[in-house]
Amino acid sequence: MTSLNVNIAGVMLKNPITTASGTFSARDSGAFYDINELGAAITKGVSNVPWDGNPTPRIAEAYGGMLNAVGLQNPGIDDFINNELPFLRKFDTKIVVNVVGKTINEYCEVAEKLSDAAIDMMEINISCPNIKEGGISFGANPVMAAKITKEIRSIARKPIIMKLTPNVTDITEIAKAVEAAGADGVSLINTLLGMKIDVYQKKPVLWNGMGGLSGPAIKPVAVRMVYQVRRAVSIPIIGLGGIMTGEDAAEFLMAGADAVSIGTAALVDPTAPVRIKNELIEFMEQNGYRNLRQIRDAML
Amino acid sequence: MIKKIIAAELIENKEIADKVYRMTMKAPQISESFCPGQFINVYLNDKSMLLPRPLSISSVCEDTVTLIYKVVGKGTRKIAAYCPGEVVRVSTSLGNGFRLEDVFNELGGNSKVIALVGGGMGVAPLIGLARMLIKEKKVRGLSDEVVQIIAVVGFYEEPILLEALEECCHRVYFATENGTEGFKGNVIQLIEQNDIRADYYMACGPKPMLRAIAGRCENTGISIQVSLEERMGCGYGACVGCVCKTREKGTSKTKLKKVCSDGPVFFGNEVVWDD
Repeated sequence: MTSLNVNIAGVMLKNPITTASGTFSARDSGAFYDINELGAAITKGVSNVPWDGNPTPRIAEAYGGMLNAVGLQNPGIDDFINNELPFLRKFDTKIVVNVVGKTINEYCEVAEKLSDAAIDMMEINISCPNIKEGGISFGANPVMAAKITKEIRSIARKPIIMKLTPNVTDITEIAKAVEAAGADGVSLINTLLGMKIDVYQKKPVLWNGMGGLSGPAIKPVAVRMVYQVRRAVSIPIIGLGGIMTGEDAAEFLMAGADAVSIGTAALVDPTAPVRIKNELIEFMEQNGYRNLRQIRDAML
Repeated sequence: MIKKIIAAELIENKEIADKVYRMTMKAPQISESFCPGQFINVYLNDKSMLLPRPLSISSVCEDTVTLIYKVVGKGTRKIAAYCPGEVVRVSTSLGNGFRLEDVFNELGGNSKVIALVGGGMGVAPLIGLARMLIKEKKVRGLSDEVVQIIAVVGFYEEPILLEALEECCHRVYFATENGTEGFKGNVIQLIEQNDIRADYYMACGPKPMLRAIAGRCENTGISIQVSLEERMGCGYGACVGCVCKTREKGTSKTKLKKVCSDGPVFFGNEVVWDD
């Protein structure tokens, strides 16, 4: 019997498949597949007040991937708790809320409100490349990353997973800093800062100029970083970055991830999270893995 | 509603004007529940191009679906190369189409004109819309004397789909911007020149055209529904890539809505046009 259970910071996920923040909408994704199939639903970033995000165009295609500069448009924490959460709560899946802010106080305000809400974990986004303040400015420096982790940890009454950026020289430095500051886990990687220029219009395709690259094009970078971070910290890792198939998911688990997130794949194939889960089960059955631990230990 | 990704067999994929193609596929899952103004995602076989191409449905007939699209880049060039007999991966219908109920509720029983306004490729969904309006007229027992459907369409150079429009509209007015055929000018000038009046407008085309026609409607208190276009990522509401600013009814409060899943059809007075 194949077991897909995995414990992330004291929260038991029935399988390791989660949705990457910003690529999942309970109502819209739920029109294509049964949300009960997910190990956890990781929401779009939520801020203390509504954010408009960036003007359009926000999306550009790249070879084997895509760029986005959505800029964390969201209706704010109060709207999320009143309108989004009750809908999500109807499903039998764990709820991880992605938290964003421009200042530490803004992050803390959201974390405080979420501590009393019916959610399972928070994923703290210190890695968004598409906003001017906050986001990546916290995640690119170990001292800042530790400071924000510590402050949120001191007020959050749920596990906090720090979402890390790949746009740094050494991601293990950041991972070690947030672990020491009390993070319950890390998720990696967020998007790689990229750019696309329309050579006929002679201007960037995205309104924002630059954007975050995601999709299979970044997968080897993500696998490498999960591999390095696994060997630098002992807290759980949620691995993501270009996972398109069950084999890709297995690759992240083997590199050291405890769970994985599906992002761009779900934009390309709306049913991808369920398909990838089934492909992972098939991979495990065909290769004699009875649980996720065995995949994780396979290369140690 | 359950949405799906399906495999549809191509029946036709033919160039009908310069770089403009008509693709017909067998897809009863789409044609059965079609609402004009909706679109489908076409997923490419070439995996280097990950994102689906959202293409508006032009019309449906029994178990087939027809798309009219223009080759504008690498993705649509790939789509144009697909041959009849090939199977393409497409989504079932996405987005919210034109609200036909609202049109008839507002017009009531008096003698009225519905104007379908299209610019460029925006003419494509007007075919299915006109046919559906005729069907709805019949259901409601409204004769041609009571409700007339006219089309006002503009193109840059080469008109498309005029015959199809003539088959289902009482009158078709058309313009080309460079004056090669028909009236020389744009849709707005065409309306003004011919003093075209209607009691309800339904429009699809470039944003400047929609802004202008919605502005005219606003000034005269006439209702209009517009189908917006925006660069999309997923096409089904997950990525929040395509948004437009809207105004909440009766307030100055604005809200960003997703063109793909809240639209693409909006009421003209709901859209904030000034950005």
